[in-house]
Amino acid sequence: MLKEKVALVTGGSRGIGRAVALALAKAGADVAIVYAGNQNAAEDTATAIRDEGRQAITIQADVSQSADVDRAVKETMSALGRVDILVNNAGIARDNLMLRIKEEDWDQVLDTNLKGVFLFTKAVTRSMMKQRSGRIINVSSVVGLIGNPGQANYTAAKAGVLGLTKSAARELASRNITVNAIAPGFIETDMTEKLGDEAKENMLEQIPLSRMGKPEDVAQAVVFLASDYASYITGQTLNVDGGMVTM
Amino acid sequence: MADTLSRVQRIIVDRLGVDAAEVTLEASITEDLGGDSLDSMDLILELEDEFSIEISDADAEKIKTVGDIVTYINSHS
Repeated sequence: MLKEKVALVTGGSRGIGRAVALALAKAGADVAIVYAGNQNAAEDTATAIRDEGRQAITIQADVSQSADVDRAVKETMSALGRVDILVNNAGIARDNLMLRIKEEDWDQVLDTNLKGVFLFTKAVTRSMMKQRSGRIINVSSVVGLIGNPGQANYTAAKAGVLGLTKSAARELASRNITVNAIAPGFIETDMTEKLGDEAKENMLEQIPLSRMGKPEDVAQAVVFLASDYASYITGQTLNVDGGMVTM
Repeated sequence: MADTLSRVQRIIVDRLGVDAAEVTLEASITEDLGGDSLDSMDLILELEDEFSIEISDADAEKIKTVGDIVTYINSHS
């Protein structure tokens, strides 16, 4: 389905990003994994991709630094030749009630979760415009749509990603580049592992399918949006949330 | 110079759908030739490929007329 394609996945060492990287490789793509700090996890994901018979490289980068982002795209270009699919998945959380969110916690979350999406999108756009094709898939969150107490910074960034997705989709459509977002709900990852039992039970009550999602559930949606089956879809948000948000 | 101009003209005619006669050195991409900001961006990328050069964002912003393009290309390729 994605034979001969090259994908770059940010936050690709663990959680949803790892599942996305693996699913893209299973669909035939070579993958560049951009990771923040966990080199072992990134190498582990790369090994799993090579086991699928695809090429994989790992690149350490801070997605909020333009020099890092430009380097990551250049390294991918020289190692794998091109970038056909960009998955902006890297994200962090610094949860607290709004009154207690420190300015630096606001800045860090916005820098990684929103500015990082902008920087990577900008960095791949030039080559995607020239090759007159490309797929950009941004991982947002259901809380970016409905809000969540204790996550003002995170939800602001994730809602910002949806606006960026729509503007980028309109700007790049004439060059056959589609830009879409995925809004995962409550997914089993290290990030949600930290939530308390009570918070988890409250969450489960809001999910019509009454179970947490798996990273693979999100990954399959990414593969779909990256594939030819989704060539007429752009500027959209696909919710992968067990029915949490219906709109 | 003449050769650069004719290659630039061909690209602009193709991209903006204007007559070659309109593409004079003095013609402004946006004001005279009806290109919007996306068209200009498109044009820059096309010129980079055609002349095997890289035009930085800062330089791209300074390019307003067909003459600006020709001068830039002749001094950078």
